[in-house]
Amino acid sequence: MIALEKRPEPSKLWSWATPILAVIATMIAGGLMFAALGKDPVESIRTIFWDPIFGEFAFYYRGQLLIKAGPLILIAIGLSLGFRAGIWNIGAEGQYIIGAICGAAVGLAFYPWDSFIVFPLMILAGALGGFLWAMIPGILRVKFNTNEILVSLLLVYVAEFILASMALGALKNPDGAGFPGSRNFRSYPAAYNEEIITGTGMHWGVVAAFIAVIFAYVLLARHLMGFQIKLAGQAPRAARFGGVNPSRLILFCLGISGALAGLAGLFEVSGPAGQISIDFNVGYGFTAIIVAFLGRLHPIGILLAGLLLALTYIGGEAAQSSLGLPAAAIQAFQGMLLFFLLAVDVLTNFRIRFGKREVA
Amino acid sequence: MDLSAISPTLLLASLMVAATPIILAATGELIVEKSGVLNLGVEGMMIVGAICGFAIAVESGSPTLGFIAAATGGALLSLIFGFLTQVLLSNQVATGLALTLFGLGLSSMLGQSYVGIRPPATEKLDIPFLSDIPFIGPILFNQDIIVYVTLALVIGTWAVLKFTRAGLILRAVGENHDAAHALGYKVVRVRLMAIAFGGACAGLGGAYLSLVRVPQWTEGMTAGAGWIALAIVVFGAWRPFRVLLGAYLFGGVTVLQLNLQAAGVAIPVEYLSMSPYLITIAVLVIMSSGKAKAALSAPGCLGRIFHASS
Amino acid sequence: MSVLLNLKGLTKAYPGVVANDDVSMVIKSGEVHALLGENGAGKSTLVKMIYGLVKPDSGTMEFSGAAFAPAEPRAARAAGVAMVFQHFSLFDALDVAENIALGMENPPKMRDLAQKITEVSNAYGLPLDPSRLIGDLSAGERQRVEIIRCLLQNPKLLIMDEPTSVLTPQEVDILFKTLEKLRSEGTSILYISHKLEEIRRLCDTATILRLGKNVGTCNPRIETARAMAEMMVGEVLHVPERKPHAQTDVALELRSLSIPSPSAFGTSLKDISFNVHRGEVLGIGGVAGNGQDELTGALSGELKSPAGQMMFAGKDVGNLGPNARRQIGLLAAPEERLGHAAAPDMSLTENAVLTGTVRKSLAQNGFVNWGAARDFAQEVIDGFDVRTPGTHTVARALSGGNLQKYVIGREILQKPEVMVVNQPTWGVDAAAAAAIRQALLDLAAEGAAIIVISQDLDELMEISDRFAALNEGRLSPPVPAAGLTVDQIGLMMGGAHDLEPMHE
Repeated sequence: MIALEKRPEPSKLWSWATPILAVIATMIAGGLMFAALGKDPVESIRTIFWDPIFGEFAFYYRGQLLIKAGPLILIAIGLSLGFRAGIWNIGAEGQYIIGAICGAAVGLAFYPWDSFIVFPLMILAGALGGFLWAMIPGILRVKFNTNEILVSLLLVYVAEFILASMALGALKNPDGAGFPGSRNFRSYPAAYNEEIITGTGMHWGVVAAFIAVIFAYVLLARHLMGFQIKLAGQAPRAARFGGVNPSRLILFCLGISGALAGLAGLFEVSGPAGQISIDFNVGYGFTAIIVAFLGRLHPIGILLAGLLLALTYIGGEAAQSSLGLPAAAIQAFQGMLLFFLLAVDVLTNFRIRFGKREVA
Repeated sequence: MDLSAISPTLLLASLMVAATPIILAATGELIVEKSGVLNLGVEGMMIVGAICGFAIAVESGSPTLGFIAAATGGALLSLIFGFLTQVLLSNQVATGLALTLFGLGLSSMLGQSYVGIRPPATEKLDIPFLSDIPFIGPILFNQDIIVYVTLALVIGTWAVLKFTRAGLILRAVGENHDAAHALGYKVVRVRLMAIAFGGACAGLGGAYLSLVRVPQWTEGMTAGAGWIALAIVVFGAWRPFRVLLGAYLFGGVTVLQLNLQAAGVAIPVEYLSMSPYLITIAVLVIMSSGKAKAALSAPGCLGRIFHASS
Repeated sequence: MSVLLNLKGLTKAYPGVVANDDVSMVIKSGEVHALLGENGAGKSTLVKMIYGLVKPDSGTMEFSGAAFAPAEPRAARAAGVAMVFQHFSLFDALDVAENIALGMENPPKMRDLAQKITEVSNAYGLPLDPSRLIGDLSAGERQRVEIIRCLLQNPKLLIMDEPTSVLTPQEVDILFKTLEKLRSEGTSILYISHKLEEIRRLCDTATILRLGKNVGTCNPRIETARAMAEMMVGEVLHVPERKPHAQTDVALELRSLSIPSPSAFGTSLKDISFNVHRGEVLGIGGVAGNGQDELTGALSGELKSPAGQMMFAGKDVGNLGPNARRQIGLLAAPEERLGHAAAPDMSLTENAVLTGTVRKSLAQNGFVNWGAARDFAQEVIDGFDVRTPGTHTVARALSGGNLQKYVIGREILQKPEVMVVNQPTWGVDAAAAAAIRQALLDLAAEGAAIIVISQDLDELMEISDRFAALNEGRLSPPVPAAGLTVDQIGLMMGGAHDLEPMHE
């Protein structure tokens, strides 16, 4: 029989090796899944993971990589702080939507004022919107001890209905001939989140994501707040003894992750998406959960994991058009990745021992 | 606006229908949580159950086979969660989320060729004489069989937890897994069984949505029902009949807002549609603010990882 | 007397440690047999093998003359072995009858069981109400539940793991009468303890374990306590030195401190008043669960006190958080080492930052100075003889004694004005315990005021200047420790609480 034996210390080697192992295992299992769908597994995996970077149309896809990775990384960095502290904000999708709505509303309110101040104001409004939306579960948790997992998640549905109402009502393009959706920011340069270097996909949201990575790295490695976040997650009683104020930490973690998700939403709606529409959100808020875990809640890891998951989005689209792989297959594939990661993670903290079974 | 178009009889009868998937999923999750496990993958198991049930019912023409397939599908999916959390000792919150994300993807993949089809009808039981009683008859005695199965499940769950040794062991494992282990109970085995039961119930709940309530298959059709079921377990303070009450409350709000939409009330549709979620949040807040009480009823080891070290 | 249980050459190894090394011993029918040894000597592992929780690597057991190898506790119970655990195997949210039913193979119907519980518990002088929730019971009552659970199965062998550590002296008397009654009925008892005096009082035979080996069997009524202690420890013990201290200023004063418990089954603090002077050691005794954790929390700042109830050097400090209290020199070391006093998965350096930032200036402008933190951790390791590979080691990799030395040392090196420790030597080997007590006395000699909360009365008598006891969240008025009798201490601890002894 196989028995698990707790390691005296978590293994450094395995904590780096497990994400790689998980990716490989997912490629194999994913290949089998694609084979079951009647697609050539090797071809599918190559289309998803290789072609977008090195294939024929890489010049187009490479730019897409940063566009998709930007919001994923930005959101995941925020989530990772909370996850480390044992504060589970899983409603980033909602904060993303509300941030986008608030930011877009500010931009649209100034239309057609052509001033350099418009875009910064939109950024502020986007961050503020996400922040405030995340404060709802935060304050309910602190004041009434309400489970933040459920509240933040349920608020995603509420946010989606607000989005629908905005796209069909308050923010609808007055010159849009009655079609749902807001004015397109592409035709309003002062509010448009333009590509900074043409063809790279680098826009202000990607810059913000890189800044967030650096900020989180410094926070966790050097700052007392980062220490308290780790402490609260690992040993809540020790954290209180160490002087950590749990309420403040909850509000801090939810606030930061909400603001970053809101920013991601604003950058998306004012750039790649272009407008507020009923379904401009494509689930980055949920995929970012996978990014955060795959990156082992470490800023650098999240940077890499964000790029990888962005690749699966792009490769998935490519496989959809060239191989007819269903879009949902990629979603299942991403979920599978998280499963495998959690499964192999056991190796970090436990040694597997073969032999006689302990009486359990 | 014509509120008189809303018939109280129909409203209550459809309330029972609207509440049924939530009752199923929440009762399953109640058992899981009583054993000390927090499975946040209810939404994923429900939607996989919805498509499994739908596909098999369509292929075989038998809703009964559909429901059986849904329960099996939900249970199998839940055992992935069980294996990861109980054997490989992974974090329950993260694994539950993974289950939901995976379930949503898997179900839309499986369901591609089933969009826009009507499933075979699940018959109503129409109990003779009783269903003819005015008002009460159509509400209580003219429903499909799953509604009655669900009510029986709630009563059964209550009785098993309260009166049987199996229920006592389940509660003991959830309350203090180290003590249960020291007394020689198989903590992991008990929990795996509870998890599979929870998965089967969630699967049934999902199939009820796709086969009876809606009835058709659309991607992401559970629309948060799994999360609401999780909230209702908290609202119900881990007691079967209070879970039932919570689900009826939720069902009532859902049906009422749908009726108000149909009656053309001057509130925008989106705001009516979000009301069930808002009310669920409000109810969660009310329940959790009475701190000490809630703490007493939550299983002592809920969400904690068990590793028998000796 | 006939042989009931015969252990031959039992060996059990865990990675890095041999818990039991070729242990043989014989338990006769109708005797009370002591299993004596220090923390970590292998007592728990040995009884877990007898109870079927752990399988021996080698060696055999015979029970009533037949081969005995229980694969699980159920098999052991079926053979007639019952066990009362040190950390109770009880379920807070379930009632007494349900808890007892869980420990039985084929429990009768609940109503019949309740009646039987009442009968048996009265017959053995340990009355119990079957319908009460475990969470509402005192430590002594919980132990009764465990004992009754065992007795209902008419065991041939009853294993008791450190049963008196949760009892007042008066409750110990009641327990011993029960055990003597059981012995007279022919039940054997394996009695695990490290308290020599009670073994001399109760037991017929004693087997002594040291570092996993059986180092001797003796008759405890004949052998001197000192001889047994030396067999158990293997070296001559260092007794802490105390210097008498002169009356000085009051360092900390509590005035009718009352705080409701933050947790459902916790104990609220009621009307607690005491003061402690510079250079003085105030010992606070009491059975577990009478408010020790809450009092530690109130002193460390994890629980805030109402205005005017906690005065430090004449100033109200009740509303200050843990770090603000550290700032003024009020430091604490809670009971639970792993998870409260230290974060298990963090390195010793990080654990130095846990409490050291304020007084050791380990952070500037919110940024941690990891170099300084490492130096401080090293200083603690060197100063308190903490055996560890280095400052990068995670806390849970340390043995109990070494981690406790680290935790206490970390606070002492911050030069506290008032130092609060809860259970300073719980689960710590004798050498480390002696070192910790000496360090506390040295700290007092330098002028700090020390509050030691402990359930070990011998320890408190050894190091306290004054003594008080916690009982259901209330504190008895402190009195000089010198000259207190066991009876007086027991009454301060609440006597036998409300448990009426039923022995005639």
